[in-house]
Amino acid sequence: MKKTVLPSAIIFFMLSGFLLNGCRQGEKVLPSTGIEVDPGTDVEEGEITGFFLLNEGNMGSNKATLDYYDYETGIYHRNIYAERNPGVVKELGDVGNDIQIYRDKLYAVINCSHFVEVMDLATLKHITQISIPNCRYITFKDDYAYVSSYAGPVKLDPNARLGYVARVDLNTLQVKDTCVVGYQPDELVISGDKLYVANSGGYRFPDYDYTVSVINLKTFKEIKKIDVAINLHRLELDHNGNLWVSSRGDYYDIPSKTFVIDTETDTVTDTLHLVPNSNMTLYRDSLYIYSTEWSWYTESNTVTYAIVDTDTKKVVTRNLITDGTDTDITVPYGIAVNPDTGEFFVTDAKDYVTPGKLHCYGPDGVRKWSVTTGDIPAHIAFTRTKLRPLEEIEEQ
Amino acid sequence: MKAKSLIYALFVLLAPVVPVSGSANLRFAEPTPAQSADSVHNIEQIVVSAQRTKISVIPPQTMQGAQLQQLSVHSVADALRYFSGVQIKDYGGIGGLKTVNIRSLGSQHVGVFYDGIQIGNAQNGVVDLGRFSLDNMEVVSLYNGQKSDVIQTAKDFASANAIYLRTREPAFDGDKKDNLRTQLKVGSFATINPSILWEHRLSDSISSSVSTEFMYTNGKYKFSYAKKDGYDTTEVRQNGDVRQFRAEAGLFGRIRDGKWQAKLYYYNSERGYPGASVREEPGKFRHQDRQWDDNFFAQASFQKRLSPLYRFMLNGKYAYDYLHYLSDPRLDVTTMYVNNRYYQQELYFSTANQFTFTDWWSANLAGDVQWNKLDADLRDFAYPRRLTALGALATSIQLPWLDMQANVLYTYVHDNTAGASSAAKDRHEWTPAVVASFKPLRRHKLYINAFYKRIFRMPTLNDNYYTFIGNINLKPEYTTQYDLGVSYDKEFATGFVRNTGVKLDAYYNQVEDKIVAMPTDNQFRWTMINLGYVEIRGMDFSGWTHMTAGEWNITARLTYTYQKAQDFTDPSSEFYGGQIPYIPWHSGSLILGAEYRGWELNYSFIYTGERYESVANIPENYAQPWYTHDMSISKRLRIKESSLRLTAEINNIFNQQYEVVQCYPMPGTNFKFIITFEL
Repeated sequence: MKKTVLPSAIIFFMLSGFLLNGCRQGEKVLPSTGIEVDPGTDVEEGEITGFFLLNEGNMGSNKATLDYYDYETGIYHRNIYAERNPGVVKELGDVGNDIQIYRDKLYAVINCSHFVEVMDLATLKHITQISIPNCRYITFKDDYAYVSSYAGPVKLDPNARLGYVARVDLNTLQVKDTCVVGYQPDELVISGDKLYVANSGGYRFPDYDYTVSVINLKTFKEIKKIDVAINLHRLELDHNGNLWVSSRGDYYDIPSKTFVIDTETDTVTDTLHLVPNSNMTLYRDSLYIYSTEWSWYTESNTVTYAIVDTDTKKVVTRNLITDGTDTDITVPYGIAVNPDTGEFFVTDAKDYVTPGKLHCYGPDGVRKWSVTTGDIPAHIAFTRTKLRPLEEIEEQ
Repeated sequence: MKAKSLIYALFVLLAPVVPVSGSANLRFAEPTPAQSADSVHNIEQIVVSAQRTKISVIPPQTMQGAQLQQLSVHSVADALRYFSGVQIKDYGGIGGLKTVNIRSLGSQHVGVFYDGIQIGNAQNGVVDLGRFSLDNMEVVSLYNGQKSDVIQTAKDFASANAIYLRTREPAFDGDKKDNLRTQLKVGSFATINPSILWEHRLSDSISSSVSTEFMYTNGKYKFSYAKKDGYDTTEVRQNGDVRQFRAEAGLFGRIRDGKWQAKLYYYNSERGYPGASVREEPGKFRHQDRQWDDNFFAQASFQKRLSPLYRFMLNGKYAYDYLHYLSDPRLDVTTMYVNNRYYQQELYFSTANQFTFTDWWSANLAGDVQWNKLDADLRDFAYPRRLTALGALATSIQLPWLDMQANVLYTYVHDNTAGASSAAKDRHEWTPAVVASFKPLRRHKLYINAFYKRIFRMPTLNDNYYTFIGNINLKPEYTTQYDLGVSYDKEFATGFVRNTGVKLDAYYNQVEDKIVAMPTDNQFRWTMINLGYVEIRGMDFSGWTHMTAGEWNITARLTYTYQKAQDFTDPSSEFYGGQIPYIPWHSGSLILGAEYRGWELNYSFIYTGERYESVANIPENYAQPWYTHDMSISKRLRIKESSLRLTAEINNIFNQQYEVVQCYPMPGTNFKFIITFEL
C-alpha cells in the first residue's frame, strides 16, 4: 500500500499539471484600444481624415506598433496592426523607424526586422514586405520608393562599411537597384531629379560622416557629396528649394546645429549655430524644430523648441508650446504638423520602456489633448483616405 | 540598430564574465537549524560536510550532495529555481545567460561565493550562474541578508543576498587512497558533457582533487509562437551553440586546530548569441555574433585556532577574465561591426579574526582589500582601476534560546582612470546589520528569525566608465531589508514520517537610488543614472518531509513565493506603483523523490505565475505563466568496489512553449542520459 504512495502522488501531480497545461490560455491576438480624445469634426472629401503613428518599440522587444487617429470620431486607436493582420507572424516587428503614405499604400520601415512593411492604406492589410537589411528611412518619386540602409557592401575593413540607397519598383514591390552612399545614411529627400541623403556615420565615432550624398535619379548614381557637418540625421526641403539639414554633433564639444543647402548649387549657404536640432518638420514656410541635449551638469535632457522662418532663415519663436505644458514632456521624440489645419503634434518617449504620450496642440501652441501611445511614439503620417473599421473588413 | 544596440552591446559584452563548473550532485533537504543531514544512503558523500556546528544565525536554504543529483538540472542556476524567493532570468538553452534575482532586489545585489571567496565581476556586477555546472559541487546555499558565521570575511557581510557554492572536499573510505568518478551526459540539442573527477590522498592530512569537464551543445531547438485565431509558427533556434571546458585542481590540508585549501580554476568557452527572436523573414539572415571567454583564478584559504580566545582566517585570490565579442557584417549582413576585447584582473586579500570571550559571546574583526582593473580595446576607454577596502566588526551571542549577531561594515572605494577621463570620487560607506534567531521552546526546533540589513552595491565599472554610457557621478544603490520568519522542524525516530518541517518568512525591502539606464538625447546615447525607488513586500514559504517505508525512502519539498515589487520612482507616471518587470506575484516549486533498492525516481515541477515585461502593467506587456514538469529515473549498481549509475531524464514533459525573458524562447521537451562510474 505504502509503496504506491509516491508513484500515485507523482501521477496525481502530473495529471494536475496536464490539466493546468490545458487551462493555460492560448494567447489571443491583442485587440486595439480606442480612446476618445476629442469630440470629433466633420471632414470634407479630400481633407485629412486622420493619421498613423508608428511606435518604434525598444530594440529586441518586437514591439513596433501602429496607432491611428480618426478626426471624424475623435477616437485614438492604439495598436491596430495585429488585429487586422492576425496571420502575420510576430506582428509588425522590431523597431519601426519610418512611416510614409504613397498612393494607396502605407509603408513602414522596420529597422531591426530588416524590411519595409507594405500595407493597404484603406484597410491596413499586410500586402508584402520588402527585404532591406538595416533599413532606415523611405521616400518616393514616380514608380519608385527609395530606402536608406546601413548595410552596404563590406570591403577590406569591416568597420568602414558604407551604406546605400535601395530603389524599389512599386509595381513589383521588389528592390531593383542599389546606390552606395556614405556611412550610415539616414533621412532622404527628393528635389527634382536629385535625391539627397544625410550620412551620419553614427557607428564610426569619433570619425563621423559629415556629408550629404546627392544621387542623380536618372542614372541612379551618386554625383556628389556635400560637406556639411558631423553626424547628420534629418532633411527637410522647403518651398524655396532649400534643403535643411540637422547635425547631431558629437555629444561632447560639438553641439547640434542646423544647416541649409541650396539645391540649385548643392552648396551649404547657411549655418544656424543656435538652432540645435534633433528633429524637424516643415509646415508652409515654417520649420518646426525640437532638440534634446543631454547635460552632465543637471543629469537631465535639455529640451528646446524653435520655429524657423524658411524665407528669412531666422528663428520666429522659441516657444512652440505656449501654455507651459511643454514641461510635461520628458523626451520629445517625434514632431508633425497637420498640413490642413496647422495643429501640431509632439510625442514623448519618456523612459523608452513604457508607453509614451502624444500631445496635440492648436496652431497657437495651446494643448488640445494628450493620449497614451505605444512604446517610443515617433513617426506620424497624415492620411486623406479614411481607414475602414475592422468590423467592415471582417464582414467581407 | 540605434542606441539600443549600445544597450544591447552593454548587456552582451558585459555579459557575466564568470566561470563554470561541473554537474549534478545534490538532493533536497531543507537544512533546518543545525542542518538536518541527508538521511538517505549516500552518507559517505555527506559525512564531511554534515554535522558542522551551526554556521549561521538564520540557516540558509541548501541543496547538497545527492539531492542535486536527482534534479534534472544543468547548472547552479537551474538548481536555484527550487529555492524560494528566487527568480531566474533565463535567456534559453543550455548555454544561455542565466542570472538570479533574490527577493526582487536585482541580480547585482547577489554575492556569489566559490569555496568561501567571492566571484567578482567588477565590470557589470553580475555572475552568470548558468555557467556553473554541478559536477563537483557539494553544497549550494542561499542566504537572505547574509551568512552570519562567527568568523567570516568582510565580503561575507557586503551583499544583500548571497549564494555559496562549495565544491566537493575529498573524503576517503577506510584506507582508500584514490576516488575516481567519470561521468558522461548526452542529451537533446546534440549535448555532450563528459567529466572526470580524481581525488587522491597524499598523506593523512593532505589530499588533492582534480576535476575537468567539457561540454558542447549545438543549441538548436524548436520553438513555437502561436496566437488564437492567428498565426502559428515553429522555428528552430539558431546560433545558440556553446563549447566550454573547465579544469580545476585543489589541495586540501588539515593542521592542528586548523585547515587550509588552495585552488586553481580555468574555464574556456565559445558561444553564439541566438539573440532576440523578433519578426524577420524566416531563415533570411544568419545571426553570427559570438563570444569567447577565458576565466582563470587561483585562490587559497587558511584558518587556525591559536588559543581558546583567538582564531584567524586568511583568504587570497587572483583572477583574470578575458572576454571577446565579435559581430561581423561579413557573416551577417544585418549587423554592424563590433569586435571588442575586455580584460579584467582582480586581486583580493582578507583577514578575519575571531575572539571568543565566553562560551556565549564572541566577536569577529575582518579586513578585506580588493583591487580591480578593467582594460578594453574600445575607443576612448577609461581604463578604470578600483581599490576597495572593507572592514567589518561583528559580535555574536549564542545562548540556548537566542542566537544573535550584529555588525557594522565600512567600505572605502577609490577609482583611478587613465588619460583625460576623470574618475568617480572616493566613497566611504557605513552599513549595519542585525540578525537574530529566538528559540522559545527548549524541546522543539521552533525558531523565530528576524533580520535587518542595510547594504549597497557600488556602481559597476561599466556603470561608471563604459564609453558613452557610463556616469561617474553615480551614487551607490542602497537596499534595506526587514525580515521576520518562523521555522519548525521535527524528526521522528519511528514511523512513516521521519522528518518534516516548514519555514515561513515575510519581508519588506526597499531599493533606493536604483541605477537604471536612461536614454539621453537620442537612441544612440543612453546613460546610467540613480533614478529609481522600489518597494518589495514578499513572503517565502517552504515545507519538506522525509518518509520511509520498508526499503522505500521518500522525500518531498514544496516552495511558494509571493512578491509584490512596486516601482515608486515617478509619482507623475501613469505606471507609478506598477509591478517591476519579470517579477511574478506567485511562483513555486515541488520536488518529489523516491528511492528503492538503488532505484531513484524524481519528479519536479516549477511554476512561475503571470507577470509583466515592463513596469507598465498593460496587456501589451503581459507574460503568460509557465510551468514545467521534469522527471528522472536512475539506477545504481554495485560492482565490487565500484559503482555505476544510470540516469534518464525527461524535461518539460508537456512540451510547454514559454519564455522567461521576452523574445527569448525556451526549449520544449528534451531528454538527457547520464552514466556515472565511480571507483
